[in-house]
Order: sequence, then structure tokens, then C-alpha cells
Amino acid sequence: MTLFFQQLVNGLSLGGIYALIALGYTMVYGIIELINFAHGDVYTLGTFFSLAVLTLLGVTGVVSGPMLIPIVVLTILVAMVLCGLVGVIIERLAYRRLRNAPKLAPLITAIGMSFILENLMLYWRGPSPVPFPDLLPNPQFALGAVTIQAKQIAVILLAVVLMAILQTFVNHTRMGKAMRATAQDRDAAQLMGVDINTTIAVTFLIGSALAGAAGFVSGVYYGSTWFFNGFAAGLKAFTAAVLGGIGNIAGAMLGGFLIGLVEAMTTQIIGDQWANVVVFSMLVLVLIFRPTGLLGESVPNKV
Amino acid sequence: MAIVAFAVALVLPFAGHNAAFTNFLADAGAFVLLALGLNIVVGFAGLLDLGYAAFFAIGSYAFAMLASPQFGIHLPFWLLLFVASAIAAVFGILLGAPTLRLRGDYLAIVTLGFGEIVPQTFLNLSQWTGGPNGIGSLDQPMFFGLRFGFDALPYYVLILALIAVAIVVANNLRRSRIGRAWMAIREDELAAAHMGINTTTTKLAAFAMGASFSGLAGCAYASKLQLVSPDEFGFNVSVFILAMLVLGGMGNIPGVIAGSVILSSLERFILPQGTNALHAIGLNVDLTNSRFLIYGVILVMMMLFRPEGLLPSRQRKAELHAADTDSTAAARERLLSTDTVR
Repeated sequence: MTLFFQQLVNGLSLGGIYALIALGYTMVYGIIELINFAHGDVYTLGTFFSLAVLTLLGVTGVVSGPMLIPIVVLTILVAMVLCGLVGVIIERLAYRRLRNAPKLAPLITAIGMSFILENLMLYWRGPSPVPFPDLLPNPQFALGAVTIQAKQIAVILLAVVLMAILQTFVNHTRMGKAMRATAQDRDAAQLMGVDINTTIAVTFLIGSALAGAAGFVSGVYYGSTWFFNGFAAGLKAFTAAVLGGIGNIAGAMLGGFLIGLVEAMTTQIIGDQWANVVVFSMLVLVLIFRPTGLLGESVPNKV
Repeated sequence: MAIVAFAVALVLPFAGHNAAFTNFLADAGAFVLLALGLNIVVGFAGLLDLGYAAFFAIGSYAFAMLASPQFGIHLPFWLLLFVASAIAAVFGILLGAPTLRLRGDYLAIVTLGFGEIVPQTFLNLSQWTGGPNGIGSLDQPMFFGLRFGFDALPYYVLILALIAVAIVVANNLRRSRIGRAWMAIREDELAAAHMGINTTTTKLAAFAMGASFSGLAGCAYASKLQLVSPDEFGFNVSVFILAMLVLGGMGNIPGVIAGSVILSSLERFILPQGTNALHAIGLNVDLTNSRFLIYGVILVMMMLFRPEGLLPSRQRKAELHAADTDSTAAARERLLSTDTVR
């Protein structure tokens, strides 16, 4: 039972990372119906950008005292802005021209973009895992026999806070309304005066910025990263987005936490070499039995 | 034309006159076979399969388990060619049956997941598959009492023969009722369904057919290498084959073969030679590391600027450029192209 609760905590914090990535998938899919394969790699870029900022600031180990908060905030912000820009550039270069092309075309450029990003990171930081400074002081709390690390709570909190901000943005601002309108019917939105190109670019900006934040978090959480990290994480986050109901922001969050739990429990019960197999099998099962996800609404095929 | 091409392909190993070149030709041939199989799924039926290497893995492992000391089973190679492609086809159906109802982009991600699950499973089930070491010392094919041996030449001839069969099969399929149904689904699934095509079984047939080709390729490739290991079948391989199609021209058999030969040569000759040339002029750049970057660039650039590929079929070109040419000219071209009407 102790093990169960321990894995529950581990799974939830893991899920926080997946949830942040899943938000980007779900937003982009919601608005242009494209699986942005490059999104997982933007997340890895977020870790590398954070690492670059920390190196510039001369941070190599635990930061204690009053400098901790500004350093963390600055690093996250820079990673988010840079990743957001990368997302916008990807959309501009690889997807915008193909918005009205047959469905296959943007999917194939998305895979191409993912390969390009991965290999640029390979050039930048080499093929082996790169260590990430363990900058948070990490007190542990004992809750009975279960140990909870401070950074696990921080991950969950950050994910929840960012999602709350996003939810407010989408539901209560003019741009958010434009995004929802574009997602529902692009042509009608355009006729109503919505600037489609800007709206889609902003969607990529926000989604990729969240992946950047997830990248920072994963660096702190795992203590290292490598250029190929985003592939499996991206696939799991996409599973989370589908599980929650693609296009649905709260769903992505729920799906992310669930996938984190499934991964943690699989690792505990049958061994970590099966974690990916179980998560991807879940993706297949969800798509077969409930393609609309837990919170999604069914969408009829458009003619 | 096709016969001349095959004659040239047959004398190529003697022109190259060294074992490494023949070895390359045999490997490139296996990938031509794979590209022809994926072309049925992606090119004809328009279903984006991102886990195609999984079927290659299944074909290879099927051969390895039934013709090696692993279980002490030594079935003859020629029988296993059929068995391996049948097993791959069955897995194609098993994966396809539940997922082919999904929309195109979901199918892509499910096949991607499947492509990850299969090699990982082979890696994990080490008591049967040898785990990370794979299965070694596979049986060599026998041909009328002659053992194929370690030289790549007989394998190359075998693979050429398989390619010839694959081309004939793919060509006939394309012109048959089911081939026209695949293309109808590719162009507009809803309309095809309303014309009375059973989209699920038709798509399933494409999946099974494509998978069976990779079963053949897996069998031939594994017997030549005399080894299978789980790391030969990753996502990279699936994308490598997809890039061949995109480069050459999805749906067009000569284009697909050309794309496949170009990319295999790029990997084996052009990049290493280019690296040597750069070293010679004092630039310390290793181009061989950038092959996947190049595939990525190929996928993006081709889709943006020449989606029909380098060697498109006339019909596909007309379809893809219908918007930016005079529409009557496009329609006339479509009428003139005999490949659909026949």
C-alpha cells in the first residue's frame, strides 16, 4: 500500500510534465486538426534552452537563498519565449502553406520538422545525455511511509497554475474567443473579421511556450536530457491529449496526470521496460473504443 | 524499359567488382522492396503508416525464429518466404482491423505507437528473441542443393527476383478493381464510401498487402545478414522508407524505386564521399551524422514545393496541381491518363 501511494505521488508529478506538453498538442489539433509531431522536440529544446540560460547565469548546483526565485522565473520565461518563437517559426515555414493541402502533406512535413529539430539538437549538444543542474533545494516530507519531494509538489503546482492561466485566457479574452471561433469554423471566423493567421500563430506560440516550461521542469525533475528525449515524451503526451479528449484543455490536463499514473504503476508492477509498451497500447485502445476521449465531444466527419 | 533496367541491375555487381558494392546493392534492394510495400499503403491507399518498420521486424523475426538454432527449428527458406509474409500480413490485419476506422491522422499516430511497441517487445521478450543481442547464425537459403553462403551476390539476385515479383503484383493491383478503390479512398473517403466501396475492408487489404511485402523483405534481409536484432527496426527506418516515397513520388512505382535507390546511395556513398572531400579541403565536418537531418529536410521541402515527388505519375501530378493550372487542362490530362480508365 505504501508503494502504491509512493507511485501515486511519482505518477502525478510525472503527469504534470505530460500535461504541460499535451496542452500544446491539444490546442494545435483543436485549431488546425494537425498532429504537430515536432512538438515533443520543442519540449526537449525547452530543456536545452533552460540549460543554456542557467549556464549563462553560472548556476551549476543548488541555489539557496533569495536568488532562487528570480533565477527560476527568469529561466522559465526565457525558455518559454524561445520555444514559443520556435513554434511560430515552424508553423510559418512548414504548416501555413499546406493549410488547404491534402491531409497527408502537413503530417509529413510535421515528421520532417521533428527530424530536423532532433538533429539540430544532436549537433548542438551531442548524442549523449547532458546533465542538468540540480538547482532546487529539495527537502523531502514524510507522509507516513511515503516520501514526497518538494520538486514533485512544485511540478504539479506549476502545471495546474499554467493550465488555470491558459483556461482563463482562452475563455475570457478576445484572442481566446478568436481561437475558439477559428477552431469551430475557420471560414466563418474569417468572415467575422478574425485574423486567422495571427490566431493560429498565437496558438502555436502558447502551446510551444508551455512545452518550453515543461522542458525546464523535466530538466529539474530528471537531472538530465538528450536530443531524442522528446520523441517518447511527445508520443505519451499526445496519448494524454487523446485520452482527455483532443481539443479540450481540461482534458489534456486530466489525460496527462492519468498517463503519468499509468506509467508509474507499470514501472512498479511489471517493470520499466514495459512502460512505453503499456502507454502506447493505451493510445491504441483509447482511439479504438473512445476516440473522443474522456471529456471530448464527438465530431462528425466534415465533408 | 523495365527489362532493360533489370538487365542493368543484374550486371551491376560484376561492374562494381567488389564484395562491398554487391553487399550495398543487396541492402538497397531490400529497401526497394520495402518502399514498394509502403507505397501500396501510403501511395495507393493514402494511409499514412509511420510504423512500417514494425512489419519488417515481424518478417525478420519470423524467419529468424523458424530457421535458426534459437529453437532448433530449421524450415526451408523458400517456405519461410511465404510464411513470413503471411505472418506480417496477419499482423497488418490485426493492427488495421480496429484502427482503420480512425481518421487519417489518428491512424498515423497509432501506427507510430505500434512501430515503437514491436521492437520494444522483441527487446523485452529475451527468452524467445535473444533480447538486445537478437538471434544469430540464421540458416542460409539453399537453391537446388547449393548453399547461398556468405557472399552477397546470390542474395542480391534473390532480392532482384522478389522486386520483379513485387512490381508485377503492385502494378496489377493498381490497375485492378481494388487498386481503383484504394485511389478513390485516397482522394475522398466519404465519396468512395458513397460509391459503394467498403472502405474498411479495402483499407485492410492495403495494410495486409503492404505488410506482406515487408515480410518478404525482412526474410531476405535477415537471411543475408544472418542476424536480427531489435535496434534495426526503429522509427528512423520507417521514416527512411517514407522519405524514399516522398522523394520519388508517392503512388508511382518507378518513382518509388528511384527515390529508394537515391536515398540508399546517399547514405552509403554520397555522404561518406562528401565527408572525405570536406576533410581533404580541411573542413572537419562529418556529413554521415546528418543523414536524418537530410531526410527531415527532404520531407519538408518536397511536401512544400513538389508534393508529387521527383518522378510523379501524370495523373497524380495533375491532381496535385489542379488548383494552380488551368482546371480544364488538368481535367483533360486526367481524362487522357490511361491508368485509371483501363
